[in-house]
Amino acid sequence: MSQHTESVVAHKHPSDFVGAKIGMWLFLFTEVLLFGGLFLLYAVYRAKYPVDFHLAATELDTFIGTVNTLLLLTSSLTVVLSIEALQRGNRKLSIGMLATTILFGLGFMVNKYFEWGHKIEHGLYPGSEKLLSHSQGEITFFQLYYAMTGLHGLHVLVGMAVLGGVLYFIARKPVNKEHMNPTILRRFQGAARLAVISDNGNELGTVARIDEDVRNIDIRISYEHGEKRFDPRNLIKLENSALYWHLVDVIWIFLFPLFYLIT
Amino acid sequence: MASHAIVETTHEENYLQYKGRHGGLWSWIFSTDHKRIGILYMIGMFAFFVVAITLGLLMRLEQLTMGPTIMQPSTYNKVFTLHGVIMIFLFIVPGITATFGNFFLPIQIGAKDVAFPRLNLFSWWLYVIGAVTALVAVFTGMADTGWTFYVPYSVRTGTNVTLAVLAAFILGFSSILTGLNFVTTVHRMRAPGMGWFRMPLFVWGLYATAWIQVLATPVVGITLLLIILERTLGIGIFDPALGGDPILYQHLFWIYSHPAVYLMVLPGMGVVSEIIPTFARRNIFGYKAIAYSSVGIALVGTLVWGHHMYTSGQSYTAAVVFSFLTFLVAIPTAIKVFNWVATLYKGSIRVELPLLYAMAFIFHFSIGGFTGLMNAAISVDVHIHDTYFVVGHFHYTMFGGTVFAMFGALYYWLPKMFGRMYGQKIGITAFVLQVIGFNMLYFTMMVMGYMGMPRRYYDHLPQFHDGHIIATVGSWFLVAGLFLMIGNLVWSVFKGAKAEDNPWGGTTLEWQIPSPPPLENFDKIPQVERGPYEHTPVEVSK
Amino acid sequence: MQHEHHDPAAHEQALHGLGYGIYILIWIGLVVLTGVTVAIAGVDVRQLAVLVAMLVASVKSTLVMAYFMHLKYEPPVFRWMFLVLLVTFAIFMILLFSDVLFRSSPNVLFG
Repeated sequence: MSQHTESVVAHKHPSDFVGAKIGMWLFLFTEVLLFGGLFLLYAVYRAKYPVDFHLAATELDTFIGTVNTLLLLTSSLTVVLSIEALQRGNRKLSIGMLATTILFGLGFMVNKYFEWGHKIEHGLYPGSEKLLSHSQGEITFFQLYYAMTGLHGLHVLVGMAVLGGVLYFIARKPVNKEHMNPTILRRFQGAARLAVISDNGNELGTVARIDEDVRNIDIRISYEHGEKRFDPRNLIKLENSALYWHLVDVIWIFLFPLFYLIT
Repeated sequence: MASHAIVETTHEENYLQYKGRHGGLWSWIFSTDHKRIGILYMIGMFAFFVVAITLGLLMRLEQLTMGPTIMQPSTYNKVFTLHGVIMIFLFIVPGITATFGNFFLPIQIGAKDVAFPRLNLFSWWLYVIGAVTALVAVFTGMADTGWTFYVPYSVRTGTNVTLAVLAAFILGFSSILTGLNFVTTVHRMRAPGMGWFRMPLFVWGLYATAWIQVLATPVVGITLLLIILERTLGIGIFDPALGGDPILYQHLFWIYSHPAVYLMVLPGMGVVSEIIPTFARRNIFGYKAIAYSSVGIALVGTLVWGHHMYTSGQSYTAAVVFSFLTFLVAIPTAIKVFNWVATLYKGSIRVELPLLYAMAFIFHFSIGGFTGLMNAAISVDVHIHDTYFVVGHFHYTMFGGTVFAMFGALYYWLPKMFGRMYGQKIGITAFVLQVIGFNMLYFTMMVMGYMGMPRRYYDHLPQFHDGHIIATVGSWFLVAGLFLMIGNLVWSVFKGAKAEDNPWGGTTLEWQIPSPPPLENFDKIPQVERGPYEHTPVEVSK
Repeated sequence: MQHEHHDPAAHEQALHGLGYGIYILIWIGLVVLTGVTVAIAGVDVRQLAVLVAMLVASVKSTLVMAYFMHLKYEPPVFRWMFLVLLVTFAIFMILLFSDVLFRSSPNVLFG
């Protein structure tokens, strides 16, 4: 019977962490190819207008670009440190590192805001008269610049929101409630008992017999006093969100030289 | 009959009876059960299918006479756009994958659900949101660009392209999530003993499809976003006046949209690979060849998009390369057809509706495939590009192929999904009407196209008049057959005779469990010890 | 086979013990590489500039993926899937350039 109980709970919350990560990686692939379409366009236009691209790139501030690169690289470090800390049961350090990561993301966006604001102030934005007076290659460069860094900025924002959500999950009191559905429960009624089984299959104790009177089973799991003071499901949440964050970093690693360093 | 795995069956509540935390409609539209989600998709898709059939019928009616018949030219443009958008994005892209894939993939690999049940529900909701967006687009000045949304017209036209494109984008996202769910499911959820080469061929088809969904869809996603950006913010990346290149739009569009046709047909081929061994009552001929050819089609299918662009202004070099690569697709496709026919050879054939549809698939798809090779040859294509020939060709592959396979799947799995048998006689009548009507309509279109009738034209010249009459009459037969079939199926779901658990003597896992399947498919995860199609040898008496 | 990595405890074990140090080391490497790529951009090496910049970017992203994203420590299937992605993107790039590179020239294959 323990087999059944296990399967019922496992079905609701799959504990296949590798599977969850495969799913996340596949999602990242789709993100890579979403940007990939833009990189394809960049490659073609750059091959078409090499000189104009060089000219246009001089309008961008390499210093701000470099600072932003360093911000994102460092945020990638802090998020991976946050994972490591959570694995070691150091919840406080994990939370601190995660918060730092979000702050670095915020710093990146503030920088971006001023950078874009500066450009727009100088009349360099899609459809502006000043931009239209430039050569076709330069116009294309700036259109790609706004589309690609804009889409990337959007991903930074989404990443910050996702990490913020995970921060909430890790920071809140680590108690879980499991609710066993009455319909499923009916299968066991009168013929089962409830037992606590450890990871290696040892029975730690029998809690109760499930007889006809039992209508609901609620299980409260508190991780407060455990050796690992966190809900293991938070770890996969954190790891997958971190994967997303790293991807945003990886994309910027390519965007940075393509736009800022071709002067 | 051989049961190839020990499956314990207890007659507990099935997935249709299950109430869940909420009753009624809520227990469906918020269900994470893959079977219910499959049926939700089916309901939505068939509703749109009926709408798009009607639009197609209206287009044929318009062509019944020369000059205006029932609509204005601008309406005609919107009607063919809507017909394409609905059929492609709302019907055939989710298609067999989202309906039968959702329902049977987990069962066929011996799992209780897909890897991410909640994500699965989310992708259905995205489908609904995309559908609603498309409907809003229809009532706020539907696009008149054709389903391909080619720039620069899609940027310049005054109709509401933005919303239509946004709908396609959302539906693409839904498709991506299904794809990544299925890839993960196949990798992680197979029952013990279910090695890669013990998977049913339907699963192989879905697996190849899922990879295309994951890898190709994002490219069209960004392309469609760029149209929206160009229309709303003036970021004219494809605008020649701003240094852009409109041909690049076509490249990016077809990088997805050509693999997309394989994404549509691969699950259909999987269905045929299920039906044929069951009704020939023998192991499939060349299992591995069919499995590999699914992956092969997915791979080669990503290399051929340029054959849509022979007359668009791409370089000759590219045209020659793409033409050569396109011919390669014929190889894995022919391997499949050969193996299906070889499976039937000396089989103990039982002719039932699913098999009839599988046969129709092979017949139509072979014609579609051969005319595809004609299109692939540059010198021929330059003449028949954008004619009815192309329209006829892709309806032979997509409608005569994929959709007929889907109908076959409906009949094949209906007893399993609902525990009811379909009405046989009406089913056969509908089948005959469909096949006659289909070939009258689309073969005539191919002949007219070869003679020079351009696609998407509102009117036609006198020399095409007879052809148009034949095609329009064919469309009546076809539509009669379709509605007869849909009515019959709906009736069967509620009123049909009770079906056995395994009416066809199928050997894959879904036939080892009760009909309709219990809530969690298997009481105990099965231990798989055989290949998917191992029928016990038929006793031969002298 | 697919149950090889099912055990979450074993999975955690596999990641455990990498330690904080290695990540900081990788980060230092990434910062140095950023410095290198900015410095090289200042030097006039013309055609090579893009090549070098892309090379450095590739090394940086490889480091991020292998260590920060744990690709190096995951089961092989992750790397196979990543290879599929790279090959797909390469196909897109190559076939696209079979058009744009030869747009204005006559058929180079059957001239």
